[in-house]
Amino acid sequence: MSAYLDWKWIPRGIALGILAFIIFGPLVNLLLWTVTERWYFPHVLPLKYGFSFWANVFSPRGNAMSSLGTSIFIAILTVVLSLGLAIPAGYALARLRLPFRGLILLALLIPQAFPNLPVYVNIARIFYEYNLNGTILGVVLVHVTHGLVYAVWIATAAFSAIDRELEEAARSMGASALRGFWDVTLPIAAPGLLASAIFVFLESLDEFTGTYFVGAPDVSTLPLLLYTAGSGGNYQIASITALILLIPSIAFMFVVERFLRSDVLSKVGH
Amino acid sequence: MSAKLETKVSDAWGSETPPQARSADTSGMVQATGSAAESGGWAMPVQAIGLLLVAPALAVVVFLFIVPLISSVTGAFDVGGALSLGNFAKAFELYSGDMLFTLAIVLLSSALIALFSIMIGGYLTLGSNPRAVAILRWIYRWPLFIPFIVVGQILRTFLAKNGLMNNIFIELGLMTPLSAMSFLDWRGIVIAFVWKQTPFVALLLSGAMASIDRSTIEAARNLGANRLRILVEIVLPQVRTTLLVGLILSFVTMMSVLSVPLMINAQSPTMITANMAFRINAYRDYGVANALGLISLLMTSAVAWIYLRQTMREHSR
Repeated sequence: MSAYLDWKWIPRGIALGILAFIIFGPLVNLLLWTVTERWYFPHVLPLKYGFSFWANVFSPRGNAMSSLGTSIFIAILTVVLSLGLAIPAGYALARLRLPFRGLILLALLIPQAFPNLPVYVNIARIFYEYNLNGTILGVVLVHVTHGLVYAVWIATAAFSAIDRELEEAARSMGASALRGFWDVTLPIAAPGLLASAIFVFLESLDEFTGTYFVGAPDVSTLPLLLYTAGSGGNYQIASITALILLIPSIAFMFVVERFLRSDVLSKVGH
Repeated sequence: MSAKLETKVSDAWGSETPPQARSADTSGMVQATGSAAESGGWAMPVQAIGLLLVAPALAVVVFLFIVPLISSVTGAFDVGGALSLGNFAKAFELYSGDMLFTLAIVLLSSALIALFSIMIGGYLTLGSNPRAVAILRWIYRWPLFIPFIVVGQILRTFLAKNGLMNNIFIELGLMTPLSAMSFLDWRGIVIAFVWKQTPFVALLLSGAMASIDRSTIEAARNLGANRLRILVEIVLPQVRTTLLVGLILSFVTMMSVLSVPLMINAQSPTMITANMAFRINAYRDYGVANALGLISLLMTSAVAWIYLRQTMREHSR
């Protein structure tokens, strides 16, 4: 029996090994580049390791720290605005009888159904007329539009997963509609809403295309810094920036299931 | 009935403050709406309250997505203020090769994403060894939330002629240094798209596969059907919709990504996303950029139509 099992592990091991190489090979490569001082052909691995580029990136005069600050500031504003818009919308879509519900959902689905590059090009042109190009507010508005769709979907799913009777019980005990929402509905929906907040935060942190058209060169976020450093052939700076963007993304992948229970996930997009 | 509804809608919209003012303090708005409803003893119909709650979010999408989307269409036909097809003539003259290139890359990537996500989802659902399933589940999801710009950067260094991948192959004796070649052309773009998007579709697909009725699978297994046959004949037909939705979302995403073509292969032939950026940055040529944009919209609207029809059908409950 055990011999049989061992034999079955050979194809399994090869397949999983290839997959691991495909997934982790590029990631290891990135890690190597972040600590490389010198690396050129035909050497398989870097010739000299060190952290001199890290000191460069994190020096107070470096662009990276100010880009990181700008990125986080934009992302926080985006989360506040997106959730501020998405919580009431999600509640109404999940709970209240809405006229034209289908049409409203269609409008909220459209940003997912069309490529957004032509849209960003024209937003940049419209923003130019209102002096929003190259401003933090302009970039935040672009990120909100992008994040809002996810935020509304997840908020709708989170609210529809809540048992309606809990709210009705609160109402029947004399709580006002707002009080019932604030004390009963919102706390139960909180994990789902938190997940959508993190998701919107990451989407904003990682957003490149919209910022490239609307923000650059006046507003420099981490993805723009990464792009500039990479185009200039400065792979160490680009890789360190990429690593800074990578860590929160991977951390979120591991915790997302804790926030989004399966009953909420199964209602996303419904 | 519909006229009545419309007046209610216009009331709801009419009493609104402009979107900028509203979005600044939405929590205040929730409060105001709630207390208005309270003091009026639900004088305001529930439908109007609902619309009031949805309106700010809807306004943002309309003004910051749908309006620019429409102006990208009108802008494509605009040459110096006159209605013309000149932008399209120029776009086809300069970029017809890149249009085909884009379509080929996105279709090939979609096909590979479908294949790999079916393989991953299928093994996660039908795999007999719990440990192998757990390892696969742990490995395949890593690229899920990695941003495209990072994918572009790490694959640019990994797939280069002297990149780590070729170096490892040479070291293992799988390749000679002379036969090493750069993958930073159409193959690099396809690899980047497949690497990034397969986990997304596989996640959706494995979720859908996990929720189908196990009894049919068990019945087929008892009748001696092998796992490949169960996957193709029993599991796949039941998760077809999910696969389609995942692939269409990926298709639209790939048509929108600028960073990957810019970073992996910005020389011709390249994707029309890179061409659009080039027209804007080098010439501020919004006409041709919008014409290219409209062409990419047409490519996706064909698949988007399938997607919207599918979701609308599910929503019309």
